[in-house]
Amino acid sequence: MTDAAELQRRTAELLAAHPPASTDRFDFLKARFDAGLAWVHYPEGLGGLNAPRSLQAVVDAELEAAGAPDNDPRRNGIGLGMAAPTILKYGTEEQKQRYLRPLWVGEEVWCQLFSEPGAGSDLAALGTRAVREGDDWVVNGQKVWTSGAHNSRWAILIARTDPDVPKHAGITYFICDMTDPGVDVRPLRQITGEAEFNEVFLTDVRIPDSRRLGAIGDGWRVAQTTLNNERVAIGGMRLPREGGMIGPVSKTWRERPELRTQDLHQRLLKLWVDSEVARLTAERLRQQLVAGQPGPEGAGMKLAFARLNQEISGLEVELRGEEGLLYDDWTMRRPELVDFTGRDAGYRYLRSKGNSIEGGTSEVLLNIVAERVLGLPAEPRTDKDVAWKDLAR
Amino acid sequence: MTDLLYSEEEEALRAAVRDLLADHCDAPGVIARTESDTPHDLAAWKALTDGMGLAGLLVPEDKGGQGATHREVAVVLEELGRAVAPVPYLTSAVVATEALLACDADDLLAELGTGRKIGALAVALNIAPGGAYKVVRHENGALHGELTAIADAQAADVLLVPADDGGLYAVDASAATVTPQISFDLTRPLATVMLDGAQGRLLGDAEAAVHRALRAGAGLLASEQFGLAEWTLTETVRYLKERKQFNRPVGGFQALKHRLAQLWLEVVNLRAAARNAADALATGEDADVAVAVAQAYAASVAVHAAEEALQLHAGIGMTWEHPVHLYLKRAKSDSIAYGTAGVHRARLAELVDLQAP
Repeated sequence: MTDAAELQRRTAELLAAHPPASTDRFDFLKARFDAGLAWVHYPEGLGGLNAPRSLQAVVDAELEAAGAPDNDPRRNGIGLGMAAPTILKYGTEEQKQRYLRPLWVGEEVWCQLFSEPGAGSDLAALGTRAVREGDDWVVNGQKVWTSGAHNSRWAILIARTDPDVPKHAGITYFICDMTDPGVDVRPLRQITGEAEFNEVFLTDVRIPDSRRLGAIGDGWRVAQTTLNNERVAIGGMRLPREGGMIGPVSKTWRERPELRTQDLHQRLLKLWVDSEVARLTAERLRQQLVAGQPGPEGAGMKLAFARLNQEISGLEVELRGEEGLLYDDWTMRRPELVDFTGRDAGYRYLRSKGNSIEGGTSEVLLNIVAERVLGLPAEPRTDKDVAWKDLAR
Repeated sequence: MTDLLYSEEEEALRAAVRDLLADHCDAPGVIARTESDTPHDLAAWKALTDGMGLAGLLVPEDKGGQGATHREVAVVLEELGRAVAPVPYLTSAVVATEALLACDADDLLAELGTGRKIGALAVALNIAPGGAYKVVRHENGALHGELTAIADAQAADVLLVPADDGGLYAVDASAATVTPQISFDLTRPLATVMLDGAQGRLLGDAEAAVHRALRAGAGLLASEQFGLAEWTLTETVRYLKERKQFNRPVGGFQALKHRLAQLWLEVVNLRAAARNAADALATGEDADVAVAVAQAYAASVAVHAAEEALQLHAGIGMTWEHPVHLYLKRAKSDSIAYGTAGVHRARLAELVDLQAP
């Protein structure tokens, strides 16, 4: 059994063999991966040591204290949070060896080619086609809301491989090379002025069958792993008090007494309490995960934070009065990552409007809570036994 | 960081209390009792205290109690909230006991801890920790005055009375005139306490004792509110799976599913806030903020849960025979008890430096 003391010993060994001050950043991160200290709960040889997930904190603390470089997880959130667990669960040994190391060190960034103009909340209705030709699949279609596609080396992709069966059954999951001919990434300028998302057009893109993840026609089940991890990633954060969106507005309130009004005071206090309670709920969920009793609260956390981010940032725009009439910068840019707190309240307000849409709309999440947590009956469905090609579109 | 989970011992305690209440406090029995001359269920009280020793959880072992903490008390209150049990647990085993813990009154503490005597702090139920409360006149060694909205005074053997000389006095209930008021919450009845030259025994300084008592009461009330809210949500979900209209279960309609999912989220949040307050009271760390946060959050959730339960049970929810009215009355009364959410938010504004304009 790998315990905390063993991990501390291995971390000290890594630091001794590769002093952070004199080692190239990527070289250090590769050595850390090879020592099994990247994600300790992963298998040996794949960046881990089959240790309890909770012990990662021990390694992270030691390395941070030693000034070691980190793998900049925010830049590759989709790769780390969604692609990696899916590859680990469904990938072949070859695929795991090829993709996980450069993914973790951040040499290769990943994006997610799931949503389409006609398939958002009803993701299984997707129409991007993949047709078998010898050892390859030929892919045609259009994806949308693809965060970071302009920086990505790889994508996880779901496409329709059999239109003659009901929609959930005819989907297959692939790894798509974003540098291949036929992959066209176009910025999608957003409400904030910048283009963090993209449209991705796929025209006769050839994907070798060796980049299929899971069985043909099993893509919907594989995608569930990705989507469940997407929600866990949101609920697993550990924040200090005022660590979220409530922090900047509380700071503004304290530093700018001339802006205060009675009405805003009441709203601020209510949102402060709601934020603190949501933080405690997230902490309780984290404690449950560490104790090995995962709870259903994860789906709820995303709902709570979406509402809070929107209400709090909206309140700060009002609080700022004359400044609230202004905006920091409308320049069209294609950022590497979304930085909420580094920009003004107006940006935070506009960007947070996406929090109740991205990663599953709040309406879809409420259905998930109602059906899977409370056990309420599903809405009657007319599309279950109909071949995808016969569905109304 | 505080421990927000339940220990195995706490879960075992919960199961035992729930079993006991299933035997003693079924809804028809509680409804019938509200219209009797004995609104308090003293048989249930005896089972909880004689049988399980729960009145002494907060009393140290060397003073004749169980030497447990607010975390265990919170679990008991969750179950009492689920049953809207008409027992003076919060008022005697928490609030009066905490007042005595602040004084040098070991004999009385031991008597309350066994549950053989019931105590009531003679401060109106709506007063928040730190709030101004009414006192009686202390004159020539006797107490004079009238106090109103004293919770569970009718069941009390001993009243803890603050007087105008700054002292907290123990008064035998037989020396006072206790008159029931018509209470909105039928399961936690209020009474007036009239003292006309009653003899009292000085216990200690009233201000510190009352503050400590009300802070614990407010913080642990959140656990009762959580239990109440959880019960109404569970019952409503159960009912909506059974009840059919338009040829399908009512619970399958998205408009209702979303309301229940929202409510679930609030209830899950309230559990974390209540657990945090109980843990903070047990350790003493960050307790003022934790209590204010829990009480600023809990009232609206408990009331919302009971109101949704009534609306979604529709016609049957408006009847006297269905217990949802007991829960709504308790929830609404709890929203005022030990300070409203607004009062706790104002307190929080000072504690976390978010000052008013």
